Amino acid sequence: MLKLALKIISYAGLVLTLIPSFLVLTNGIELNTHKNLMILGTVLWFGTRPFWASKSKQEV
Amino acid sequence: MAKTSIKGHLDSVEEFERVHVPKSHWKGWGSFIGMYAGEHTAGTEFVIGPLFVAHGVTAGGLIWGLLVGNLLAVLSWAFLCAPIATKARITLYYMLEKICGSKLTVIYNVVNALMFCFLAGAMIAVSATAVGIPFHLSMPALNDWLPNSIGWIIAVFIVGAITTVVAMFGYVRVARFASIAAPWMILVFVAAAVAVLPQLGVKSISDFWSVAKEKIWTGVPLQGQSKFTFWHVMFFAWFCNMAMHIGMSDLSIFRYAKKWYYGFSSATGMYVGHYIAWLAAGILFSVLLVAHVPAGLNVAEYLRILPADQLPSPAPGPLAYNAAGLAGVICVIVAGWTTANPTIYRAGLALQAIRPKWKTWRVTFIVGILTTLAACFPALVMKLLEFVAIYGLILMPMGAVIIMDVYLIPKMGLKSNYAAIFGKSFNLAAAIAWIVTLIGSLLLNQLLGIEVFFLGLPGWFVAAFVYVVISWLIQKSKVQVS
Repeated sequence: MLKLALKIISYAGLVLTLIPSFLVLTNGIELNTHKNLMILGTVLWFGTRPFWASKSKQEV
Repeated sequence: MAKTSIKGHLDSVEEFERVHVPKSHWKGWGSFIGMYAGEHTAGTEFVIGPLFVAHGVTAGGLIWGLLVGNLLAVLSWAFLCAPIATKARITLYYMLEKICGSKLTVIYNVVNALMFCFLAGAMIAVSATAVGIPFHLSMPALNDWLPNSIGWIIAVFIVGAITTVVAMFGYVRVARFASIAAPWMILVFVAAAVAVLPQLGVKSISDFWSVAKEKIWTGVPLQGQSKFTFWHVMFFAWFCNMAMHIGMSDLSIFRYAKKWYYGFSSATGMYVGHYIAWLAAGILFSVLLVAHVPAGLNVAEYLRILPADQLPSPAPGPLAYNAAGLAGVICVIVAGWTTANPTIYRAGLALQAIRPKWKTWRVTFIVGILTTLAACFPALVMKLLEFVAIYGLILMPMGAVIIMDVYLIPKMGLKSNYAAIFGKSFNLAAAIAWIVTLIGSLLLNQLLGIEVFFLGLPGWFVAAFVYVVISWLIQKSKVQVS
């Protein structure tokens, strides 16, 4: 359950990283709002992704 | 704790270095798809995109050049490198030792290590452009060759020192961090470019192509930059990783692949990193250019009269900050650092192969110092396209030697793996093929003015031909006797 919640937060972080830029393009939000949402998305991604990243998968 | 960690890592790196990779350690598609996507979305992509703009490529030339060039790169991995890798299942270094002998392999390793140092230096410099932002550091300009301020040198040394120390003690964690950062980095590239499109006049997707032609990739090179065409872009995209595919460096990667056709997994790196990221980075730079266009002039007219000493800096840090804020700055630092780190580590391993008794951390430390010194010179970044092309060209002949040795030499009744079979430490045929190719390329460049981007293709045939002919001359009597 916790892992699922972390995954949802992680993917929400990626969504916040990407989608606001398209809202800037369609004049939905300002560039500065997009920058703020991007850093929020970055924090969410890096704050949660390491906790459910597979440690067993070996590098080539 | 740190020593235990690095020892464990070294043990794993040295695994199967001199034996075939056993079936139990073969890996599926997933390992290669992720690795290529991550490894080819590096800090240097932030520089290559703007350099295409600076070299005045047209929108059509870039789009089609990248499409075809990247396809050729993928095919090179899939049909040249991966089949030999899955057949032999040994590292490039071990294969070279069997063909070329230990002494020639040592020379190859030194050259390879130096190239890795310069490449890592470019990545460190990329990160330094982001580190310098809070301190309002004066960024190197497009035509700068030497460091332009003490602040720049300090920023480079800070990033270089951290990267080197981490490479000495924490490679495994960085590799894991890089894999976590990879999908986020790709999205930052895309988001940064999309967000600044309105500044170029794009109001909807349908506006993009006309803006791309008139304001981004105008076809007009900046002062002091050569003009790029479709052919430049295509050959650059094909050969920028020439050392890895045609040069066979990625034998060490694909020896773990279950099937040869996993070579096609390189497409993720080519079409995400070397297509989307390059286009995105180019857009970021053109925003800077367009912002300076005076009223009454269009972008192309402005670029024609823009003096060389007033060219805006393509430094990635400020470009990313302008488009994506703090997330962009973090992306530049992470992209540069996570790729510089393994590159320094690989350079250390290449040098350590010469003297296995040298401590890895000491070799890595020396490599880190060399790399950091190289990173101080902006020429490494501003002339990155030329450097990357030279890097591939220098290491490529050994790939031609391997291809000939595996496929053609046995069909001529000669012996493959000459050094191993005849107990030689120096294969003269491979050495002559290497030297003749490089001298020939230099002559083509200097006498006929053929640019470095185009030398790889004729160079490959020269290397292959010379190796086969000299091998036949050397082995003829020996094979007949035996």
